Amino acid sequence: MKLSYYVFLAAVIVLLIAGSLQAGDKELLGAGATFPYPLYSKMFDAYHKQYNVKVNYQAIGSGGGIKQVKSRTVDFGGTDAFMSDKDLKDLANPILHVPVCLGAVVVTYSLPGGPVLNFTPGVLADIYLGKIEKWNDERLAEINPGIDLPDMTIIVVHRSDGSGTTFIFSDYLSKISAEWEKEVGRGKSLNWPAGLGAKGNPGVAGLVKQLPGSIGYVELIYSLQNKMPVGLIRNKAGNYIQPSMEGVSLAARIDLPEDTRVSITDTDAEMGYPISGFTWLIFYQEQNYGGRALDQAESLISLVWWAIHDGQGFAEPLHYVPLPESAVKKAENIVRSVVYDGERVLSE
Amino acid sequence: MVSKDNALNSGKPGGALVAAEAAFTRGLYVAAILVVVLLTAILVTLLIGSRESLGTIGLGFLYGKTWDPVSSEFGALPFLVGTLLTSFLALGISLPFSIAIAVFLGEYFREGALSSFLRSAIDLLAGIPSVIYGFWGLFVLVPLVRSLQLKIGVPPFGVGIFTSSLVLSIMIVPYSAALGREVIQLVPSDLKEAALSMGATRSEVIWKVVLPYARSGIFAGVLLSLGRALGETMAVTMVIGNSNFLPKGIFSPASTMASLIANEFAEATEPLYVSSLVEIGLLLFIVTTLVNIIGRHVIKKTTVEV
Repeated sequence: MKLSYYVFLAAVIVLLIAGSLQAGDKELLGAGATFPYPLYSKMFDAYHKQYNVKVNYQAIGSGGGIKQVKSRTVDFGGTDAFMSDKDLKDLANPILHVPVCLGAVVVTYSLPGGPVLNFTPGVLADIYLGKIEKWNDERLAEINPGIDLPDMTIIVVHRSDGSGTTFIFSDYLSKISAEWEKEVGRGKSLNWPAGLGAKGNPGVAGLVKQLPGSIGYVELIYSLQNKMPVGLIRNKAGNYIQPSMEGVSLAARIDLPEDTRVSITDTDAEMGYPISGFTWLIFYQEQNYGGRALDQAESLISLVWWAIHDGQGFAEPLHYVPLPESAVKKAENIVRSVVYDGERVLSE
Repeated sequence: MVSKDNALNSGKPGGALVAAEAAFTRGLYVAAILVVVLLTAILVTLLIGSRESLGTIGLGFLYGKTWDPVSSEFGALPFLVGTLLTSFLALGISLPFSIAIAVFLGEYFREGALSSFLRSAIDLLAGIPSVIYGFWGLFVLVPLVRSLQLKIGVPPFGVGIFTSSLVLSIMIVPYSAALGREVIQLVPSDLKEAALSMGATRSEVIWKVVLPYARSGIFAGVLLSLGRALGETMAVTMVIGNSNFLPKGIFSPASTMASLIANEFAEATEPLYVSSLVEIGLLLFIVTTLVNIIGRHVIKKTTVEV
């Protein structure tokens, strides 16, 4: 009785170990941005089923992803904010950025009756600078004719945790307002001149819902999934744009630089939504480092190639904006430039 | 002392017994020393981690009012004030309740179904994860505080120092109440009987005999709960408003040291920024230690000699 129990237990353990080490299964390690995590986990799961390569992606935040790539503990990182020239300058082995999808930031608010409001860049910046304090301020009334704005205090809500969402939002405000750029600047965490902080998209959304008269910013995906009221933003061409997947996709159809490290906020595109950005996978150009095997490099490059082609099909059902054709072309060139011992990894 | 006819160890020779005894003692020593080693290791880690900001910013870190990661300007004063303000306010709110509960359970309902029900309810209160307190605070307390703020004419944020103190006070009641109950039960009954026999009423006995006798124990419970309030992170982060400015009053939004670290550490990449966050951790460590040392001193002073 007792013996058979132990035999059974041993058999279970052996099976479990065998199961986790399936013959031929390679493993890739990644870490970084939380924003694309739902998409990545779906994509990598499908990739595992098709190609028997297991991808383990830890959503620890963009900053963490960059750190892990630099300390060479992962095969690739994920980030919502591209590394600056200063960050890249001192690297002996260049780090490449490959865009995978697009995200956008929307402005949401809580007002009685839930009107759809227009915002100009200047009004938005002054609200977040704490200079427009009432909802019935004449500058808001001027761009929202026919809407009865209440005499309520505007409560500004922002992210309290360091976040790529904040980076995109502050990057936009820095571009359209000189005062914002000078006083606050762009970053994942800021010294906010006004308002309250809440943790994560759910935190901001929760606080905005709780406080009548408040205004906040969240990821487009989050607002779509939760059907939140969102404001229309006037873009560079002068059109008020409703945040949508199409508007974001249009914003990215601009002339991109070869390394795709570009901010697309305040886009020139006529119908493009102005507060959006890419999210990237990052890895080293020279894959022969720290004793990496060639086939590990090949696995990584196949995965990235797949992610910018077949993998794009997973984006839209999850409300992520897939890459426009022009961005895919640039991304292909970047993936082609990856080398192992100076030899191109991708032969096609 | 090892006796030869010890029934439990009749089979073992005396030498083995002595060796086992020594090994047991050694084990205890190791466990005790390990605590000290760990504490020192944490302090050393924090010091090493904050080396850069200690060197670059120096003492200015303590009184600097600006926390600006973009321009690399770091001052800890708003968070120091936020932490102390929320914790002591919470302590003030919770104290009457925790003492009342302690007296109720330690004097009035020592046994019986009601007592054990209440005791387990309080223990359960201590066991609820803090994120749930945060949620509850956000959905129940925030609208209530907001309507209060609208009535008294301050900006209707709902969140802020006052709201987080309310949440914290509920979270720390179990700690001080449980310890308070224990020490109140330990008050010798001959003291109470003597007071009763001299004609004191029950409440007089509590005010003049029980509480003075138990005060050092009650204070120890308060200290324990204060420690909890100083370090609480999740629930506070959800209702404090996370503003990095020096708070202007008890209704203004603020940040605590713990909430700041929880919010910003994951995405901090600049070395000075990371180092400053670690120094905030060091500061929290020191504040907690200071509060404990002062507390111990007070406990010693207030212990009743019998």
